[in-house]
Amino acid sequence: MDATRKNEPTPMKHRTTAERKSERELVVTRTINGSARLVFEAWTRPELFKQWWVPKSFGLSLLSFDADVRVGGRYRLVFSREGSEPVAFYGRYLEVTPHSRLVWTNEEGDDGGAVTTVTFEEKGGKTLLVMHDLYPSKEALDDAIASGSTSGFSETFDQLEELLITLGASVGRS
Amino acid sequence: MHAANGCVTILNQMVQYYAARFDASFAALSDATRRGVLEQLGRADASITDLADKFHMTLTGMKKHVGVLEQAGLVTTEKVGRVRTCRLGRRRLEEEAAWIESYRQLWDARFDELDKVVEELKRKEKVDGRHKKK
Repeated sequence: MDATRKNEPTPMKHRTTAERKSERELVVTRTINGSARLVFEAWTRPELFKQWWVPKSFGLSLLSFDADVRVGGRYRLVFSREGSEPVAFYGRYLEVTPHSRLVWTNEEGDDGGAVTTVTFEEKGGKTLLVMHDLYPSKEALDDAIASGSTSGFSETFDQLEELLITLGASVGRS
Repeated sequence: MHAANGCVTILNQMVQYYAARFDASFAALSDATRRGVLEQLGRADASITDLADKFHMTLTGMKKHVGVLEQAGLVTTEKVGRVRTCRLGRRRLEEEAAWIESYRQLWDARFDELDKVVEELKRKEKVDGRHKKK
């Protein structure tokens, strides 16, 4: 038993895709090595969800996650980044179909936020996840992207500044 | 020696190019009307006349603003007949593409972790299954 276990190939890592499907929609897809039942469980049981939703590289910590995973039930996630105030994300489940479909609202924004639909599609022991965010308007999605882009912009600017310092130092030396 | 100098030259050119682009962008964005024009063009393309009306300005005044935005690569214009249509420039699209790529990376990292959690669940079930059979 153990011998065959050793010979099992390392599970393949699948590609994640992200696309703006239309003016109001963002779609992310990924295949996970496991049955829809297990993937659904990892998504809906808070103690499992907490283990993957915030990868360590993000520099964020998930302070709490409460979820009443049934139609009309509410969820609430609280994050903190070192040195800043905790931020909460919350909403309601609109659809809960075990092992195949979850739909929830994102209500933390000022105006009506996006509605997220995740489908779990099992094929040959693997599960294709399709995550679909539908924004209330083109402007809402544009704004979401623009606010992220602005922060990206400042990061780029910091990098440029570092580059200039490095260049200045090397010019000074020669 | 040559190769090293070549690298520095390319790097310098890059830095100058980006610095110029940043300067132009910041100058372009420092004006409330121009920010309004970008917002407006984010909703729909518009002619200079439309924009002048919307912002209660003369045609000449709006042409100047659009010129600054065009210089910064934030807006492109195209003249068809007597009408000059303005739309968001490629810069904006590049920013969107960059944002979507970072969004993809975020989900990629998340799903890598999910893969691990599911792998662990599978392993546990195998072990439990074996225990139950006994």
